[in-house]
Amino acid sequence: MWLSKSIVHLASLLPLCWLYYHAINDTLGADPVETVIHFTGIGALNLLLITLLISPSAERFKQPKLLKFRRMLGLWAFTYALLHLLNFIAFELQFDWSLLFSEIVERPYITVGMAAFVVLLLLTVTSVNRIKKQMGPKWQKLHNWVYIASIAVVVHFYWSIKSDIYEPGIYAIMLAWLLALRKLKIKRWLKIG
Amino acid sequence: MLIKNPKSYELKEHQVTDETTYLNRRELLKKMGYVGTGSLLASASANAGPLDFFGKKEDDKVFARTALDFKAQPQDGSEILTPEAKVASHNNFYEFGLDKADPAKNSQGLKVDPWQLSISGEMNNPFTLGYDDLFKKYPLEERIYRLRCVEAWSMVIPWVGFSLADVIKAANPTSKAKYVAFETLYDPKQMPGQRSRRIGGGIDYPYVEGLRIDEAMNRLSFLSVGLYGKTLPPQNGAPIRLVVPWKYGFKSIKSIVSIKLVEKQPPTTWNILAPHEYGFYANVNPAVSHPRWSQASERRITTGGLFARNRIETLPFNGYGEEVAALYKNMDLAKFY
Repeated sequence: MWLSKSIVHLASLLPLCWLYYHAINDTLGADPVETVIHFTGIGALNLLLITLLISPSAERFKQPKLLKFRRMLGLWAFTYALLHLLNFIAFELQFDWSLLFSEIVERPYITVGMAAFVVLLLLTVTSVNRIKKQMGPKWQKLHNWVYIASIAVVVHFYWSIKSDIYEPGIYAIMLAWLLALRKLKIKRWLKIG
Repeated sequence: MLIKNPKSYELKEHQVTDETTYLNRRELLKKMGYVGTGSLLASASANAGPLDFFGKKEDDKVFARTALDFKAQPQDGSEILTPEAKVASHNNFYEFGLDKADPAKNSQGLKVDPWQLSISGEMNNPFTLGYDDLFKKYPLEERIYRLRCVEAWSMVIPWVGFSLADVIKAANPTSKAKYVAFETLYDPKQMPGQRSRRIGGGIDYPYVEGLRIDEAMNRLSFLSVGLYGKTLPPQNGAPIRLVVPWKYGFKSIKSIVSIKLVEKQPPTTWNILAPHEYGFYANVNPAVSHPRWSQASERRITTGGLFARNRIETLPFNGYGEEVAALYKNMDLAKFY
């Protein structure tokens, strides 16, 4: 368990080291800013989908141990999303805060992306065992919002693109499949919630 | 001649090579004769990362570029040039793929000789330019222009070519010639994006663009056959492409095979694809946002990595208002975006 957890951490961390090493040295293509933003954004989405794959796989293949990886993968998804946002603020907008706020308000794809980020932030903050216990049944209700957030992330990706529909389309199909796997749970949640 | 350079301690040696090379280009080109971009493209492949599920394979053939003979533009030092390696590795040319690095990877085998550029339509003297004509028929000159992409990044590029007006005058237009329609090569065998809607971004090819005749006759409208003193690499639109520096980059159509004078406003590719986002005029205008992002500022791509502080204000008409603003007198540029 210790070893496999280390592997997950390294597999998530090393690409970031590689990315920022090249970006800082200007050896990441012509526009390192665009590349780091796209890389961390797609990375966050990939990690989010892998996180959503854990519970259905654990159930299907009767491997409850897999659940031990769910939180760490979710936290890595958040880390990539956080870097994605920080890259946008620091390197794309270069700390033009008024531009950031007007973009959040005026551009639907950024509004949706920020909303997803806020949800992931809440899930991250409440992921600590102590808080989880204190929250009781409310915790699960809050963490069901990961489904809403992941839909928002795919919409954010689709709306951010100029003309291609295939790549976001593939992500939309993968997400639809992951949500369909937990159809009953989501139905129950929406009725109660 | 005053050359403005950032302070030396901010730059690493490999980052300034391009400008030095450029300034000594006469001598260097004489020594080298033919120069390829192979070594310059080496960094372009770094874009596909381990978590990128859609990484693409590379092609190691490199398109051969030839040194050109042209009248150089004296530099006033007011702009830092975008290094040649970046100009030739960061391209929107969806015929060769959607990623900025795709065109440089996928276009190196493009056949440009023989080439036929037909000049036709409302004119008394239609004609065709072959490959050699592109470099011999009109005296070549250099123009250092800012290029502002609609995606809010920009470059400064030393083009080589001739005025579009020279070609149109030679064709002797009739009074019905109100617009100019341009068309890119349609060759699905050579252009993967034209074979597959997935690779080509769902665009209906060939790519078409257009200008009003008075815009086309403006002295800034330029047909480029080279950059940085050599013939164009395919990813930049070899063998001949339009450069309209006061409009967003997508107006500057690449690898042109047809220039036609017409009476009615011609259809243009991005306008067909998303009419509320991309207009026919597409003049650079900080006051009119793209529906999905602001156009008030831009990131200037020169040297420097992630920490380059390169966000600058976008100027109306990309700073060329003095030459072109009169073309749009009494026009509502928010309506005709």
